[in-house]
Amino acid sequence: MSHKIKDATIPHIPTGARISRWIGRNLIRIYAVVAFTYLFIPVAYTFAFSFNDSGKSNLIWKGFTFDNWKNPCGAPEVCSALANSIKIGFLATLFSTILGTMIAFAIGRYSFKGRSTSNLMIFLPMATPEIVLGASLLSLFLVFKINPGFWPTVIAHVVFCISFVVVTVKARIASLDPRLEQAAMDLYANERETFRRVTLPLVAPGIAGAALLAFSLSFDDFIITNFNSGTLTTFPKFVYTSAARGIPAQANVIGSAMFFLALAIVITGQIVGRKRKVSA
Amino acid sequence: MGKIRTPYLLLLPGFGFLFTFFILPIINLAQTSTQTPVGGGDTGQYEQTLRFSNYVDAFVENKEQFGRSFVYALIATLLALAIAYPLAYAIAFKGGKLKNFMLVLVIAPFFTSFLLRTVAWKQILGEEGFVVPTLRNLGIISDSTTLTSSAFAVVMGMTYNFLPFMTLPLYASIDRIDPRTLEASGDLYANGFTTFRRVTLPLSMPGVVAGTLLTFIPAAGDYVNAAILGSPNTKMIGNVIESRYFKIVDYPTAAALSFTLMAVILILVTVYVRKAGTEELV
Repeated sequence: MSHKIKDATIPHIPTGARISRWIGRNLIRIYAVVAFTYLFIPVAYTFAFSFNDSGKSNLIWKGFTFDNWKNPCGAPEVCSALANSIKIGFLATLFSTILGTMIAFAIGRYSFKGRSTSNLMIFLPMATPEIVLGASLLSLFLVFKINPGFWPTVIAHVVFCISFVVVTVKARIASLDPRLEQAAMDLYANERETFRRVTLPLVAPGIAGAALLAFSLSFDDFIITNFNSGTLTTFPKFVYTSAARGIPAQANVIGSAMFFLALAIVITGQIVGRKRKVSA
Repeated sequence: MGKIRTPYLLLLPGFGFLFTFFILPIINLAQTSTQTPVGGGDTGQYEQTLRFSNYVDAFVENKEQFGRSFVYALIATLLALAIAYPLAYAIAFKGGKLKNFMLVLVIAPFFTSFLLRTVAWKQILGEEGFVVPTLRNLGIISDSTTLTSSAFAVVMGMTYNFLPFMTLPLYASIDRIDPRTLEASGDLYANGFTTFRRVTLPLSMPGVVAGTLLTFIPAAGDYVNAAILGSPNTKMIGNVIESRYFKIVDYPTAAALSFTLMAVILILVTVYVRKAGTEELV
């Protein structure tokens, strides 16, 4: 390991201190492994029980089978719930990313009257418990005689995703080197060209990250959805309602598949990002 | 160029949306909270009054659940901080080439629905799981002790579920610390603990504040963990609001409870942020 060599080449540290340092360093590595194990125990459990030959209730291990993976839509409602979650997640991501990115540019790029109020307006939805967001929106929909369902759920998701998009994109804008834009201007790019050819490509990874975050927040949301979706079933809602009578193993299949899919997307994204950096 | 107008034009659509679907609902919630049932009407029929005693009634009736929500949320937040801080520290300072991969691992459990993971905990800690029989065989817990349907399980579930919300902001601020400041502290004869207390911790305070808020706020309003992992004795205020809305159709009480919850959280957050001295939050 490289750190051992580094330690060995530093002459003035006494042996005792070196050993305790080594333990100290590895202690925190060991700790990280334990913490990650803790994080992944239920994920591993969910994955393992997706192979359970369980019939209706997936509580006790009854034997190994691939059947659930071959037929993930085998249990009633699982796939329609999943389809609803994906549709809602896609629309909520689209709207919240557009609206949130615009706000992030306004707050991150300009100093204007009302900037601190704008920051407060972004912070408030994050400081409001989900149950209050969900319940208050439902009250509003009821006043206007709008039935809870698909679009109310999309709207509700956009409300809580916007703030997270703003925060993520703003952080990216703040980390930009202003000299890059100045250089573009020096090379006779006008404001619009500078934005399109320099600023936007540089902020793009932040926007992509924000969109991914928005989608996962929306896809996994239960509380706000439960208030505003009426009879529409989303995937988390399906899990919640079937928890009492036993969740079919197909739900585990979908949960595990989503996990591996998302992991693949994120890792691919990182590799592509790194290659781009190297070639640039 | 309308330079002065540009930021406002950029803000307009988003803030228009937030005003309509966030501010207006909150105002509406405030109105609903003082409504009175229509005399002789059906359940769920209310008229607008200024019945502020709804708040008193709602609070007195549910003060136990209120207290429980804040106590559970506080314990879960402290536990999550204790677990996440060394983890974030390990990723930031010892991650090396694996840093980005480890960050992905922190977020990765999110992608398996958090409800599936909570149900998984219920089964792992339940009678059919492997934990309870093992602990019983080792004599650590008695035969009648169960781990699920308890305050322990609810707090544990919340700690687990909000751990990434704690870890990510902690990582962000620890990662920004220049390792040379720690070396300088060591050069000035500070031991590891002193360096942590006087250098690392103060420099990571923004992350501590952001992480604790992102954990405490959703935890205080949560009802999923209590519903899946708890018992009637571990009901939180979220469970009460939920059942007032859906089962009892008592909108004014639900609204009064929601409004109180929000107000208490906002007050706590303001005091906390002032005390911690971190102004730049978002």
